[in-house]
Amino acid sequence: MIEANIQEILESHKNAERDALIPILQEVQESLGYISKEAVVQIGRHLNLPASKIYGVATFYNQFRFQPVGRYHVQVCRGTACHVKGSARVLEAVQNALKIAPGQTTRDKMFSLEVVACMGACGLSPVICINGEFFAKVSPAKVTKIIESYRTEGVSKHVA
Amino acid sequence: MIQIEVNGKTLTAKEDDTILSAVRKAGLNIPTLCHMDGYPPSGACRICVVEVDGVNGLVPSCSAGVRDGMKIKTHSQRALEARKTIVELLLANHPDDCNYCVRNENCELQSLAAELGVRRRTYTGRREMLRIDASSPSIVRDPNKCILCGRCVRVCEEVQGVAAIDFTKRGSRAQIGTAFDQGLNLSCCINCGQCIVVCPTGALAENSHVKLVLDALSNPEKFCVVQHAPAISVTIAEELGCTAGSDYDGKMVAALRRIGFDRVFDTSFSADLTIMEEGSELIHRVKNNGVLPMITSCSPGWIKYLETFYPEFRPNVSTCKSPQQMLGAIIKSYFAEREGLKPDKVFSVSIMPCTAKKFEANRPEMAQDGIPDVDAVLTTRELGQILRMFGVDMNTIEPEAADTPFGTRSTAGKIFGASGGVMEAAVRSAYFLLTGTELSNLNLEAVRGLEGVKEAQVEINGLKVGVAVASGLGNAAKLLEQVKAGRKDLHFIEIMTCPGGCISGGGQPISADTNAVKARMKALYQIDASENLRTSHTNPDIKRIYEEFLGEPLGEKSHHLLHTHYAQREVVR
Repeated sequence: MIEANIQEILESHKNAERDALIPILQEVQESLGYISKEAVVQIGRHLNLPASKIYGVATFYNQFRFQPVGRYHVQVCRGTACHVKGSARVLEAVQNALKIAPGQTTRDKMFSLEVVACMGACGLSPVICINGEFFAKVSPAKVTKIIESYRTEGVSKHVA
Repeated sequence: MIQIEVNGKTLTAKEDDTILSAVRKAGLNIPTLCHMDGYPPSGACRICVVEVDGVNGLVPSCSAGVRDGMKIKTHSQRALEARKTIVELLLANHPDDCNYCVRNENCELQSLAAELGVRRRTYTGRREMLRIDASSPSIVRDPNKCILCGRCVRVCEEVQGVAAIDFTKRGSRAQIGTAFDQGLNLSCCINCGQCIVVCPTGALAENSHVKLVLDALSNPEKFCVVQHAPAISVTIAEELGCTAGSDYDGKMVAALRRIGFDRVFDTSFSADLTIMEEGSELIHRVKNNGVLPMITSCSPGWIKYLETFYPEFRPNVSTCKSPQQMLGAIIKSYFAEREGLKPDKVFSVSIMPCTAKKFEANRPEMAQDGIPDVDAVLTTRELGQILRMFGVDMNTIEPEAADTPFGTRSTAGKIFGASGGVMEAAVRSAYFLLTGTELSNLNLEAVRGLEGVKEAQVEINGLKVGVAVASGLGNAAKLLEQVKAGRKDLHFIEIMTCPGGCISGGGQPISADTNAVKARMKALYQIDASENLRTSHTNPDIKRIYEEFLGEPLGEKSHHLLHTHYAQREVVR
């Protein structure tokens, strides 16, 4: 199914050249939620580009991830306002709680972590967002609790 | 021609010169870290900046073209200060372990820092312990020592057409990496080691077998034998600081005995053996409507490239093992038997101009009953290290001859070290095998030299045999695409992984310029011109091994010991 999605995207970029790489990567991520190895290989065949080059371009931008997102996708804002309000320590706390780095997904596929530049909620800084739900004025202690609540009660409480 | 003024002196330059090329032609050097002769400029390192009258900022001389009347100061105080600052910034997050570095005293960054008078740490940058990639049997990558000049990326993509590595991530986190940061062993890297030869620092090096060899040499249980490839004798001198192109064949044999090898053999002997097998295979294919064009199989980088990028050409590639593996197999069978030695008591070392040979020796099919045919592979650089370690004085040592039963080689086997050499050697013997007479002129000038693709037509018994020679896999790919598109006039193709052949292999002395490579090539053809035994089929030791052991070319024993098969590789590429 996944391969079919990629094929469909590539077919909509017939006779594309290397300048189509970023739009294709964006569409693949939109469709799969991440850039898979298989996708890189297929895009490479389509555009006649080596896999290393595609990976190089994709890792240049923060927007691309290479692991599927977890059941709960945690976005930590590292924009200017959040930074001033201590988001570095918030991110550190989330990383410690999940034991993953930005761009990664936990092994049980429950959580994935992403750092974003600004969510346009500077009044609530520092802010994090889990599956579209915003948590305002968080502290390291507070985010640890939030993560914990998702972990323990997750399925019953938060999946609607 | 136009005139420019450099440091107050008038020079003439060509319109298409860059400031760097014009200045260097006039015998003055501007240092560079990212520039490579023969490539378009990349302008990444900014070490080569110069002052140009009327231009506000400093100008990168590698990418700025000359203009008539241009006034340039190459070593003004401002330019020197800028260079020094750049080096200081590069050193800000560079490991301080020069003493322990494989490139100590042979490092462009280290020399530049010394030349520019960097005597203390001016800047201290964030240092991360990045993971060293030692997954490859051939190449070790230490990203901590990488200065991101991009030379390895360019040679991998632009010369070899492999593109196993590229720049990944961004800004201060940028590094050179494979797709998905996998180990080189899982990437489409073909182990050629051209990246090592162009690397200005110790970020790339061969996977060293020096300790393996030293352990075996000091182990009384082991009978240590060594073979040296055709290209080693004309490059080891350079590694030891002598003039490029000096032939140290006999001296090297003597030196290898001094450091403790029980027997010293010349891989050129098994190159002769390769010619007997490969020449017979070609004739068999031509006579029996076999798959043509036949392609050579000596170069292990090419073989992995074939398996990864052009698996459809596998039936075209000769089934012959490379000379290294042929001699390895013969040493642990014929030779061991002759000497009354058990194969597992023999420790077989080969000295190769090549890092891919380490991978080749490691291939599972290159073993008999679980005992590898070749136990360790040293590059020319590693041999240099061992010779220095043992204090061998190459100036005073007297030349000695290689050991029986493989003591004699023809010069046809010797020229394997240069691109076109295998073809020339094969044509000499194929002509004889088909006609029963020798070629009136043994020289096949059309396939000599450093061009990427060389072609010739040879008439044998009325048949016009089309031959082509490619070196550098980007050039090989062009030829393969022509064959794919239906080109029919070629019968035999020689492919060497490295541009110019083994004389500029990935195991050769670091940063050789084109003139050094030319000198090495000249030395090989000089040997060919000055000796009498110039064809593989007239080598008496080759005749003996067929009489005593192998029977005939392509026979049962040959099939078992000297021939192999190829796989298709599924890697991310």
